[in-house]
Amino acid sequence: MLSIKNLSASINGKEILKGVNLEVKAGEVHAIMGPNGTGKSTLAYVIAGRQGYEVTSGEIIFNGRNLLELSTEERACEGIFLGFQYPVEIPGVSITNFLRTAMNEQRKYHGLDPIPAKEFLSKMEEKKKMLELQDKLTNRSVNEGFSGGEKKKNEIFQMAMLEPMLAILDETDSGLDIDALRIVATGVNKLRRPDNATVVITHYQRLLDYIVPDVVHVLFDGRIVKSGGKEMALELEEKGYEWIKSQL
Amino acid sequence: MEKEQNNILEEVTQGDYKYGFYTDIEMDTAPMGLSEDTVRFISAKKNEPEWLLEFRLKAYRHWLTLTEPNWAHLHHAPINYQDIIFYAAPKRKKELTSLDEVDPDLLDTFNKLGISLEEQKRLSGVAVDAVIDSVSVKTTFTETLSKYGIIFCSFSEAVQNHPDLVRQYLATVVPATDNFFAALNSAVFSDGSFCYIPKGVRCPIELSTYFRINAANTGQFERTLIVADEGAYVSYMEGCTAPMRDENQLHAAIVEIIAMKDAEVKYSTVQNWYPGDKNGLGGVYNFVTKRGMCKGSHSKISWTQVETGSAITWKYPSVVLMGDYSVGEFYSVAVTNNFQQADTGTKMMHLGKNTRSTIISKGISAGQSNNSYRGLVKIIKRAENSRNYSQCDSLLLGDKCGAHTFPYIKAENHSSIIEHEATTSKISDDQLFYCNQRGISTESAIGLIVNGYAKEVLQHLPMEFAVEAQKLLAISLEGSVG
Repeated sequence: MLSIKNLSASINGKEILKGVNLEVKAGEVHAIMGPNGTGKSTLAYVIAGRQGYEVTSGEIIFNGRNLLELSTEERACEGIFLGFQYPVEIPGVSITNFLRTAMNEQRKYHGLDPIPAKEFLSKMEEKKKMLELQDKLTNRSVNEGFSGGEKKKNEIFQMAMLEPMLAILDETDSGLDIDALRIVATGVNKLRRPDNATVVITHYQRLLDYIVPDVVHVLFDGRIVKSGGKEMALELEEKGYEWIKSQL
Repeated sequence: MEKEQNNILEEVTQGDYKYGFYTDIEMDTAPMGLSEDTVRFISAKKNEPEWLLEFRLKAYRHWLTLTEPNWAHLHHAPINYQDIIFYAAPKRKKELTSLDEVDPDLLDTFNKLGISLEEQKRLSGVAVDAVIDSVSVKTTFTETLSKYGIIFCSFSEAVQNHPDLVRQYLATVVPATDNFFAALNSAVFSDGSFCYIPKGVRCPIELSTYFRINAANTGQFERTLIVADEGAYVSYMEGCTAPMRDENQLHAAIVEIIAMKDAEVKYSTVQNWYPGDKNGLGGVYNFVTKRGMCKGSHSKISWTQVETGSAITWKYPSVVLMGDYSVGEFYSVAVTNNFQQADTGTKMMHLGKNTRSTIISKGISAGQSNNSYRGLVKIIKRAENSRNYSQCDSLLLGDKCGAHTFPYIKAENHSSIIEHEATTSKISDDQLFYCNQRGISTESAIGLIVNGYAKEVLQHLPMEFAVEAQKLLAISLEGSVG
């Protein structure tokens, strides 16, 4: 589904990614771990197509398409979803309105008519129930005045509504208490299907108690330096990132 | 990529005027220029009583002694008042009794604007007094309203049929001597709307008027007078669009509202006159005096405006809170784009005890435009225990536009409370990226964010107007999107 080859990228002339290789297949859950400042969020932004990042070499192929040729919104419409580490507030725009706009723009991209209001509302009800979200949440403005936990739950709710092929969750666990963490993780697990994939970015092993990855990668200094099974996460937690450094 | 983003931002903020079309209708016009003869011509043309001609002449003579105000944060070439046609009326063959008799071109114009009188008549339950170039073409629902004793007609008709009411209230809120443009309007006003709601009557439908400037070199001098007698209620809407012109068109309207004891008037406007082209050429000069008087105790006047059009806007819908416990409100969204300039705000004059006022102003500037909020809150000594809350927010798109706030506050007693909040913000790259990442294009994202920003004001508009206003905000800033 996703194939990243020898990807290098820089911001303001500073090289952050230095030749990343990553293969994600449909149905898989991957975890990317690593200490702060090693390029985890940059990798997520480059895949999503955020401005300001310059790809200096390599390629990203997503379902046979060269992502680097597509705009941010085209990538989103192709099925890339980014769960934000710091979700942005949009005052005065209700989550309902925001999601309906997003969904309809994505449908338009695929040549479909806008979703009928009734269908949209029942879908929203269904997903809210699945994620154990409060009824009122969707009437509130996007992320405005949300607690850290509410923001992250809102990201997962959007993911549930938009049903992406590939979800990249950037530090979704940061700022969450155990209950919120459980809800977020349950959401991710429930949304898991044989035809979609998830990349979880985190620097704690904690989240991986709830979301069990097929593959764990360690990103260090702009490169994936180690990949392994879920047990590697535990080993990392135990030995710390110094262990990785010493192996390099 | 950054460059591309800027290009998109530029493109979406430089839309061409969607309603730029021109209806070719035979006109019956006054000679060009302004003199006592022009004033007499207009008055005679409208078959007015002597007292009204005297009123006009007095205003004209006073106007001659005045000079244009120059304190606003606005810049424009001098206006040559001798270069303007002060009266133009569509030629009427005979009295109109049904829509079939209305000039088909005119009906077509309405259709392009999405204002089908037929449809309005049948579906929406809204009485429409459509004003095209000064003369009221058609008034609907008058019969329904007359059952309640409500008078809603063109100003000219009111002068003919209800001269005593007009004479009693005309210029009691905005005197002919009030300011340069008010004096000009009082001298040459062509037509407008008149509305009277009798004691204790709640007007069962939203009243609405569509204004439209539609002749080359024709100044527009509308005059609206709304009177809500004791305990009456009315919601009044005014909306306008104008066709594309290269010459600057002058518009100097007056709106007067009077609310007696326990009465409430809600006045909503969507203003979308031609703003000029991308290079700042053409566009309407809009110098308007709008003022309401809360005459009786517990009365309430509420202004809601969405201003997207005009090259120049000079407009301060105000409330004189004369009655004790009276309430004044001002909700405004003003959008300026390209080279538009707006200097708009309100005055809340607290004269009565325990009076309250609220001001919510949302300015949105794009392109190379300038957008100013100018407001005065004045609480006199006897207006004890009065309150004002003001909130003035500015939103900037791009880095070539300007937003300014000029709040004046004068409080003459110690028992009153005045609060003022102001913010300035930009649409951030983070917000745009967040929207883009969900599949929302930058153009739609700007529309979404701007509408969210203006929501506090838009929610005060009557339902159908709110929908129109949302579209208008998006169109004004997105342009390329139809």
